[in-house]
Amino acid sequence: MIAKPTFPDLLHAPGAQIGKPVSRVDGRLKVTGAAKYAGEFNVPGLLHGYIVSSTIAKGRITRIDTSAALKVPGVVQVFTHENRPSLAWFDRKWKDQDAPKGSPFRPLHDDRIVHSLQPVALVIAESLELARYGARLVEVEYEAEPHQTDLHANRENTFTPGKDKGGFEPPPPPRGDADKALADADVTVDLEFTQAAEYHNPMEMHASTVLYGEDGTLTVHDKTQGALNSQTYICNVFNLSKSQVRVVSPFVGGAFGSGLRPQHQLFMAVLAATELKRSVRVELSRPQMFSFGHRPETIQRVALGASKDGTLQAIIHEAVQESSQFENYVEIVVNWSGQQYRCDNVRLDYKLSRLDLHTPLDQRAPGAATGVPALEIAMDELAYKLGMDPVELRLKNYTDIDPNSGNPFSSKELRACFRQGAERFGWSGRKLEPRSMREGRELIGWGMAAGVWDAMQGQANARAVLGLDGKLTVASATADIGTGTYTVMTQIAAEVLGLPIEDVTFNLGDSSLPMAPIEGGSWTVSSVGSAVKAVCDMVRGRLVKLAGKMEGSPLGDAAEEDVVFADGHMSLRGDPSKRVAIVEVMRASGTQSIEEEARSIPYYLKRSKHAFGTHSAIFAEVRVDEDLGTVRVTRVVSAIAAGRIINPKTARSQILGAVVWGMGMGLEEEAMLDHRLGRVMNHDLAEYHVPVNADVHDIDVIFVEEHDDVVNPLGAKGVGEIGIVGVPAALSNAIFHATGVRVRDLPITVDKIRKGMR
Amino acid sequence: MRSFSYGRADSVQSAVKDIAGNQAAPDAANATVKLVAGGTNLLDLMKADVMRPVRLVDITRLPLKTIEETAEGGLRLGALMTNADTAYDERVQARYPMLSKAILAGASAQLRNMATNGGNLLQRTRCYYFYDTATPCNKREPGSGCGALHGVNRIHAILGVSEHCIAVHPSDMAVALAALDATVRVTGPGGERAIPIGEFHRLPGDTPHIDTTLRADEIITGIELPAQGFAAHSTYLKARDRASYAFALISAAVALELDGGTIREARLALGGVAHKPWRDRAAEAALAGQPATRDSFRAMADAVLRDAKGYEHNSFKIDLARSVILRAFEEAAGLEPS
Repeated sequence: MIAKPTFPDLLHAPGAQIGKPVSRVDGRLKVTGAAKYAGEFNVPGLLHGYIVSSTIAKGRITRIDTSAALKVPGVVQVFTHENRPSLAWFDRKWKDQDAPKGSPFRPLHDDRIVHSLQPVALVIAESLELARYGARLVEVEYEAEPHQTDLHANRENTFTPGKDKGGFEPPPPPRGDADKALADADVTVDLEFTQAAEYHNPMEMHASTVLYGEDGTLTVHDKTQGALNSQTYICNVFNLSKSQVRVVSPFVGGAFGSGLRPQHQLFMAVLAATELKRSVRVELSRPQMFSFGHRPETIQRVALGASKDGTLQAIIHEAVQESSQFENYVEIVVNWSGQQYRCDNVRLDYKLSRLDLHTPLDQRAPGAATGVPALEIAMDELAYKLGMDPVELRLKNYTDIDPNSGNPFSSKELRACFRQGAERFGWSGRKLEPRSMREGRELIGWGMAAGVWDAMQGQANARAVLGLDGKLTVASATADIGTGTYTVMTQIAAEVLGLPIEDVTFNLGDSSLPMAPIEGGSWTVSSVGSAVKAVCDMVRGRLVKLAGKMEGSPLGDAAEEDVVFADGHMSLRGDPSKRVAIVEVMRASGTQSIEEEARSIPYYLKRSKHAFGTHSAIFAEVRVDEDLGTVRVTRVVSAIAAGRIINPKTARSQILGAVVWGMGMGLEEEAMLDHRLGRVMNHDLAEYHVPVNADVHDIDVIFVEEHDDVVNPLGAKGVGEIGIVGVPAALSNAIFHATGVRVRDLPITVDKIRKGMR
Repeated sequence: MRSFSYGRADSVQSAVKDIAGNQAAPDAANATVKLVAGGTNLLDLMKADVMRPVRLVDITRLPLKTIEETAEGGLRLGALMTNADTAYDERVQARYPMLSKAILAGASAQLRNMATNGGNLLQRTRCYYFYDTATPCNKREPGSGCGALHGVNRIHAILGVSEHCIAVHPSDMAVALAALDATVRVTGPGGERAIPIGEFHRLPGDTPHIDTTLRADEIITGIELPAQGFAAHSTYLKARDRASYAFALISAAVALELDGGTIREARLALGGVAHKPWRDRAAEAALAGQPATRDSFRAMADAVLRDAKGYEHNSFKIDLARSVILRAFEEAAGLEPS
């Protein structure tokens, strides 16, 4: 049934569990190795697959010879486009929940090569080593065709996409006349920004283990952010019924968006298992992690015009982003610039340019992580032209209404982020002039930026079972990609029913559980958390009714709002002596267990009248070696407004990780392509740089208080993404403050800084 | 990874016997029977199908894991001692701090715990093209061309290059050893020989597939450090893209023997610039007798980099090398920031 929010009022009451820094309920399993990941399930006779990857970027396979591989004892089969079974024909069968407009990539479909590292064969053997050896023996000949992988060379060859992907909104129509306002403005900046493509590279590489049942059913251990998404994909592509396929994914070793779409290792493992009627595992190698979605390379222009007092008169934000030849991957890059600041003249433009690369894919704060830094560096440059403190400039143009929609924000405590972040950081002591601080051989710089991300919600279901032993089990087919889903859902359930944490178990990552959407966009607490609350509210209602029927009930016929649930007991509000154990109520009524299932849906009506967002202010200190140009990020303060924080410990971890990634995005991460080959060359973690421990110094996280009774029944927004947005801008701005060198091309590597310093 | 046989050596002689006479390859890198110790580089390269030995001889049990005093007053580092144990050895830290610092600037703690001193010298380049068998590389596949020359070459060489190869040697340890004039002790079928570190690694020329002068039938048994460790005035400085676990963009091992404010002897070895740790003995000699000042060091850097040549993405390394050299000498000489 569809639940309407009832009691308790989690928005206003101080919680027994919500808001507490509860340690991860799955932490012990993880640190002891008991938590098993998709590539760790073993059964006797398990077969192993290894993928052969294309060496060219575009063309066709003219010959593929698998005979040498097949001669190796222990090699069982080699699958190619020539011997694959007949599979689903229509594109819609290959589309998953996160697919953009276009024709999804079909592994081993035909002889066409559409990107480098495209899978062209799958070698199945008795061991991983044999499969990998066999893969070396597969001979593939290609007829190469001219390719284009260089966005800068192709930047004029663009088109304007439509609403080509779920969650994507094209830029709003222009407001006022931004170009004229820019021309007329007292002070202007007009700048170009570039950002390299970035690959997700979670610690756990993508893997799928398909266990083939005697009855032909499949149990699929997949690395995914949506077990149901993978299940539907398998059923559609291989023409199987849902009863034949169960996808299980209880633990995911990081994903960051890379698990939002079924990846080709899943297809490969299912293909081999169904054809060979054996259990099969296929795992990608680290270089193969560069063979699919990525944060797209982007070129942007931001132009700002302001009057002398800092009032924004014009905002122009244009972006060109790569997509593949076969799908229109889109993300919201420029719309934020119409939303963050009050301005009457705004023109936003977003275009795609097709390259011979795989389709990009959502990566932590997709679009915002790319677009907001360009805006926020431009704001810093404008502040310098105005001779104005960068925080002051932002406050000067602050808005509580979303100018794009005209709707008020359901809550927006960004002012508090600026104030508390600046205070914690010590910003007030800052001199505006660059190169004004040094210590020894290091120039010190302070920079800041604001960040913004959505606060979305989707429909989700949850089931709850309360046993006579007082133990509660709640379940939903969502995912925990290291974010803390297990823990916060356990807290929400324990809160509603007044149970100790250890009496509550939350299950997820299983396609047999009640429906939940893919875990992305920071909407899991909002969507699934609301469903968990709803189903526990229903259990609570059942208990109140049962208690009322109990002979000599200490609660009498108290209404639900007059009953307090705590410590496994129900008591009368205002009279704690009138108290009865939950299990006693069940036993007295002869109830063995209470089972409920609920669906939570967003407050569509309320939501249509509001704008939603999480907001942040980031303050950063960098130290730049004056001789060498190398950068250390010595301090970061990230102040976050994200509604009610269910668990300050796991939420803080989210922000810490995101700030570290923001440092990587700002200073290190870059897929280096050889455009002659159309290929990423630094395809391992030795050469594709992400921050290491030694790069990470002091990071301080502040959650400002933000009350929101519109966003959802929990008043909580997600925090998975807001932490990264704006960090690269804060770093770029700090580097300018330290050195006087402005770098608008991410990542800001030593060569770019030195170029400016010379 | 291709199939290979595996044997375990119980003595230096049995190891030599196992690798001797097996292959046409003239050098250790391309031997079809290879020694394996820490395996931190070889196994990766085998998985990537870059190296394809048919037999591995495990030498991890050979008694080459000690540090001993030499008759000349130096130290002899066992070939199988780990990088970590070497760097943290009190004698090394006290008498050759530059070497200790260089080792600890390399790789990660986990890798240094596995990697051995002999293996460190034999590690292969980190050139992207060498690692990717889908691309041309004269080092991996002689005659296939150099992918980096007109490709992605941000981390590549600026000195001693040839049109056949612009790869750099990735070791930090070897750079410090070069500055110290260490000697590599090796044993082959004909007995022992000593290879000065400066002659151990090669420039690419037209045979870039040959990294070193170590022959395919020889095993490194140790590395000898001369008595002079320049402990008072030396350093190792590494400029890189992140604070750890990154190969050098530019590194410098510098050492000075000072007589008051005058330079009696100067050493400089550069990493990240060439196919081998780069020494310029003429430039070093020119510093002797000069005052230990910024001007002297700047002139030295200019002399060393006179013939440096940049490519599309790595030209910045020439100027970065100048800064690193100057800064390293300043630190070694104890000059305050200007």
